[in-house]
Amino acid sequence: MRPGFFLKEAMRSVSRNAVPSFAAMASVLVTVLVLGVFIPIVQATTGAANEVRSRVMVDVYLSTKVADQDVERVRRTLNEDTPYVGNVQYVSKEEAYAAEKKRNPEAYQLLGSNPLPDTFRITPDRPQNINALRDALVSAGDPAISEVKNRRDDTDKILSATRVVKLTTAVLTGLLIIASILLVGNTIRLSLFARRREVEVMRLVGATNWFIRWPFVIEGVILGAMGGVLAVLLLLVGKVALIDPLAADFSLIAAPDTIDFRLLGFMLLAAAVGVAAAGSGLSLRRFLRV
Amino acid sequence: MATTTPRTRTSQTATPGAAQPAPASRAPAVIQLRNVVKTYEGGDVGLNGATLSIPRGEFVFVVGHSGSGKSTIMRLLLKEIEPTSGSIQVAGRELTEMPPKKVPYYRRNVGVVFQDYKLLPTRTVYDNVAYALQVTGHSRKDIRAKVPDILRLTGLATKLHNFPDQLSGGEQQRVSVARAFVNHPPLLLADEPTGNLDPETSIGIMQLLYRINRTGTTVVVATHDLHMVERMKRRVIELHKGVIVSDRPAGLQQPQTTDELGAMLRGDGTHGQSLNDEWASETEGLWR
Repeated sequence: MRPGFFLKEAMRSVSRNAVPSFAAMASVLVTVLVLGVFIPIVQATTGAANEVRSRVMVDVYLSTKVADQDVERVRRTLNEDTPYVGNVQYVSKEEAYAAEKKRNPEAYQLLGSNPLPDTFRITPDRPQNINALRDALVSAGDPAISEVKNRRDDTDKILSATRVVKLTTAVLTGLLIIASILLVGNTIRLSLFARRREVEVMRLVGATNWFIRWPFVIEGVILGAMGGVLAVLLLLVGKVALIDPLAADFSLIAAPDTIDFRLLGFMLLAAAVGVAAAGSGLSLRRFLRV
Repeated sequence: MATTTPRTRTSQTATPGAAQPAPASRAPAVIQLRNVVKTYEGGDVGLNGATLSIPRGEFVFVVGHSGSGKSTIMRLLLKEIEPTSGSIQVAGRELTEMPPKKVPYYRRNVGVVFQDYKLLPTRTVYDNVAYALQVTGHSRKDIRAKVPDILRLTGLATKLHNFPDQLSGGEQQRVSVARAFVNHPPLLLADEPTGNLDPETSIGIMQLLYRINRTGTTVVVATHDLHMVERMKRRVIELHKGVIVSDRPAGLQQPQTTDELGAMLRGDGTHGQSLNDEWASETEGLWR
């Protein structure tokens, strides 16, 4: 009987306070929607950055006039004596010339001869060891090596871009959560005001504090849950209508691993209800003297 | 007087018959105030050293001008406010030491009636009374059993489905009394219950409170209706600026029935054809 009583009282309040209830629900909806859009986006960009990171490599350019035994010596040094080496790929000057010529035929036609050096492309055992690997190669100082270069700048750019996205999302979500908590809190406050006679009577006849509080907590949770469910439904529609066809056509979008939609939906619902409960708790604490 | 019996919830089911208000010296005190001082924020004095004792089953008037401290006593007894100093015992329990968690359970043993009724305008008479039982966790079956009974006893049997704004002031106050007494609390507090009512309707409410008192419930009525107080010849505690200035015991002449009381209050000796007779005769058997 009691849960029914609480639910009935809560629904009464929601329908009586339709406008503020709608505002609170919409605010929760927007918060959850933003979270639901940005969580996969952040995951995708982080995934992309990690992919670039894993492709991070050091290029070791040999001098243009090296003999075959020099190449062999460097290869042995790389494979056996250098720390942090993950994978070594040899690109001979002929291969490099062919690849570059294909990319830019006119320019290489003009050149006539091959200016490119033999190259070793070395992947470090772990992306973060790339600088140590570079230092090791430089200090090895083999006479055949003319230059050691890495692609650190590229990764740094991508990583800083993800960081900005992450930070923006966090700030935006934080603000939206605060707005939602305050809006839900305000709705509950209005409902407390509308039901102050009931609350007074309940106190006088000896209803326990939690008996008085429950309908308001439930009211907040109902608002949160409605916002959350609507947001998850919108996300589902967006996913089915936009992302899924795109992902089918371009493997690129689906490539980085993103969160499973069911798990995401569940998390978002929990977040919506949590935000709403926090809002009503705030109001009850401040305005309901029991 | 120190032998107060701690009241359990089972004692709410008052036993009709054990109704005679016993002499003050022998009955255990239901209410015991010792040197109670209440100073409101800003320095207003509500009570200034009040000491009084009300035995079980008594009918007591608390009188005085506005601001004399009547309402302060009522609110202290409900534990809506805390005394600045002193001790308040109700049924042997010290209110000042009661943990907040226990206050709701304490209030279930105290019925309250106010001048402005405090009914819920969006609920019917029946629902208003049932609400008090609902929010204190009574079962539906219990509510269905108790509410019609109490409404019959208060003369509202035909008004079950009316809303408060469709009732007269006297009827609204009856609903309020029904709600306060539906649990059969051992103590009933009434703060200016007739303050908004005309004299004839007031008599009806007083008769109702007297009936309730005759079931063994201690009734404390704060009022400034001196005319009524004079005629009822019950114990009168007079307050002035927070101090008890007189405490007059009940007169020897005790009306045995509410009809007699009504006659006393009207002061004409006729068992007049009051509006209340109909319900009074209907329910007499249940109350004597």
